[in-house]
Amino acid sequence: MHYDLALPSGLMAALVPEIIVVSGAMLLLLWAVWRPESDVHQRNVAIGAAGVTLLAAAAVVYYMVSDASSGPGVIAVDRFRWASDLLFLLATLIAIALSSDFSKREGITTAESHVLILLATSGMMLLAAARDLIILFLGIELMSISVYVLAGLYRRSARASEAALKYFLLGAFSTGFLLYGIALVYGAAGSTNFTDIGRVVSERGFGALPMLQIGLALLVVGFAFKIGAAPFHMWTPDVYEGAPTPYTAYMAAGVKAAAFAAFIRVWLEAFPGTIEFGPPYKVLWWLAVATMVIGNVVALAQKNVKRLLAYSSIAHAGYILVGVLVATPLGASAFLFYLVAYTLATMGAFAVVIALEEVGERNQNVQDYAGLWRVRPWLAIAMAVFMLALLGFPIAGGMGFFAKWYILQAALDRSQFYLSVYLVLTSVVSAGYYLSVVMVMFMRPRAEGAPLPSRVPRATGIVIAATAVVLLVFGIFPSPVLRFARDNTITIAPPSAAASPRAGALVPAANSH
Amino acid sequence: MINEALFFSAVLFTIGVVGVLTRRNAIIIFMCVELMLNAVNLTFVAFSKLYGAAGQIFVIFVMTVAAAEAAVGLAIIISIFRHRETVNLQNINLLKG
Repeated sequence: MHYDLALPSGLMAALVPEIIVVSGAMLLLLWAVWRPESDVHQRNVAIGAAGVTLLAAAAVVYYMVSDASSGPGVIAVDRFRWASDLLFLLATLIAIALSSDFSKREGITTAESHVLILLATSGMMLLAAARDLIILFLGIELMSISVYVLAGLYRRSARASEAALKYFLLGAFSTGFLLYGIALVYGAAGSTNFTDIGRVVSERGFGALPMLQIGLALLVVGFAFKIGAAPFHMWTPDVYEGAPTPYTAYMAAGVKAAAFAAFIRVWLEAFPGTIEFGPPYKVLWWLAVATMVIGNVVALAQKNVKRLLAYSSIAHAGYILVGVLVATPLGASAFLFYLVAYTLATMGAFAVVIALEEVGERNQNVQDYAGLWRVRPWLAIAMAVFMLALLGFPIAGGMGFFAKWYILQAALDRSQFYLSVYLVLTSVVSAGYYLSVVMVMFMRPRAEGAPLPSRVPRATGIVIAATAVVLLVFGIFPSPVLRFARDNTITIAPPSAAASPRAGALVPAANSH
Repeated sequence: MINEALFFSAVLFTIGVVGVLTRRNAIIIFMCVELMLNAVNLTFVAFSKLYGAAGQIFVIFVMTVAAAEAAVGLAIIISIFRHRETVNLQNINLLKG
C-alpha cells in the first residue's frame, strides 16, 4: 500500500494505529468516569485498555505485512516505525497488567491510570513516526505530560509526589532546550521536515551553518535528558525510586525506547553525514562513554533495588547510544534487537520488584531479597534471569547476551575500538551489582523473622513468567528476533534519493498542518 | 529586525535557564521554564518572517502544549504542598541515595 501524505485522507490512513489508541483512550476515559471508583471497575478498564492495545498492535501488524510505504510528508511510513510501535505496545500491555495489580494492592481505585498509559503510548507511536519537528515535539510532550501525571498518581505517597515534581520540573526544563534547538534548526534550514533539513545539511555542509550546529547541540541536550544520558541523568534515580513501580517500569522501558527511536531518526535523516566526522559525532561519543561509566559505577553503591535498576537503565542508555553512534544498518538492527531484549528484561525485573513489595512501597532494598531462593524459588530464578540478561550473560541471560554481542559487533565493524573497550569494561563493572543481587537471593540466609512474601498477583505472575521464558527461548534461538530487527531497521537513504518535490533549499516548506 | 528579535529571545531564554538553575521555589522555577518557552516562541515568530507561516503554526502548538503542561504542573505542585506544606525544593528531599 502506498500512502500519499499530502492528502488528508492519506495522512489519516497512515495514522490509523495512533488513531485507534487515542480514540480508544478517549472512550475508556468516558467509561472510567461514568461509574463510581472501585477496584472491579479499575480492573475492567484495564482489560479494556489491554484490548485497545491489542487492536492497535493488530493494525500495526497489518501495515507491516502489507508493506506500507509513503511519499514525502510529516510522518514516516516504514518498517522501523512499525517495529518500534510493536515494542511500545508490548511495554504498554505489560505496564497495564502490572499497574492493575499494583492499584489493587495499594488501594488505588482511579481507573484513569490506564487511560493515561494509552495516551502516553500514542505519544510514543507519534515519536516513532515523526518525520517533522512539529510532530516530534507533539509526540514528546504527549508522552511526557501523561507520564508526569502517572508518576504522581499515587497521591497518598509523599515520595511519589516528590518524584512527580522533580520529573515535571526537569522534564519541562529539557523541553525548553529541545524546543529552542528545534527553533534554531528551523531557522537555519528553513523547514521543520527531516528530509528538507537533511538536504540543506548535505548541500550547504554542516560546518557552514553555525545556527544549525547550536540547534543540534540543544536538541541533543533535550534528548539526553529524556533518555537519561549522563551528565543529564540526575533526575532518573530519584524519579524511578519515587514513582509507583509499574510506571517506573513503563518509563524505563517505553519512554526511553521512544525517545531513542525518535533520536535515531533525527540523527540519521535530518543530519546525514554529520555522523561520520565532526563535532556532533564526538559529543555523542563522549556522551555514550560518560553514560556507560557513570551509570555502572554509581549503580555499585545502590542499596534500593529501584534505584539500582535506575542506574542500570542509565548504563543501558549508554550501550544503546553506541548502537546509535555506529549508524550503519548493522548498528540500527543491533539497536532494535537491544531495545527488545532491554524492554523484556527491565519490565520483568520491575515486575519482580512489584511482586516482592509490600503495601506502602516497603521491601525495596536488595537486603530484603536475602534468601528468596528458599521461600520463592521461581521468583528468585526469574529475577536471576533478568539480572543476567541485563548483564549480558550467555545462555542463562538469554537474549541479553546476544543484544550486547550485536552492539559490540556493530561497533567493531566500524572499527570503533575504544568504544568497544569501554562497553566491555563497563559491562564487567556491571557484574558487580547484577551478580550481587543474584548472590543475595541465592546464597544469603533469610533474615530472622522476615515475613513470607505475599502471594504474587496473577497478572504480575504471568508477566514475570512470560518475559523470563521469552528471554530464555530467544536467547537459545536468537535468529527470529534478529531477522525481525534486521528487516525493520531504519533505511538510510542517500539525501539525493530522498529528495522531496519541495525543491529549493530555503523555500518555505508548505506545511500540511 | 530579525537579528534583534533573535538576540532578545536568546537573552530571554538565558534568563529563564539561569532562573531555573538558581531559584529554589518550585513555582518560580516553573515560571522560568515558561519564560524559556516564550523565548522560543519569539524565535519562531522571528523566523516565520523569513520562511512563512510554519513558524507561527509552531507557536500555536507550543502555547497549547504549555497550557497543558501548566495544568499538570500546578496540580503536581499542589499535591506536594499538601504533603510538605512547602514548595521550596531545598526542603523536598525524601529521595536521595
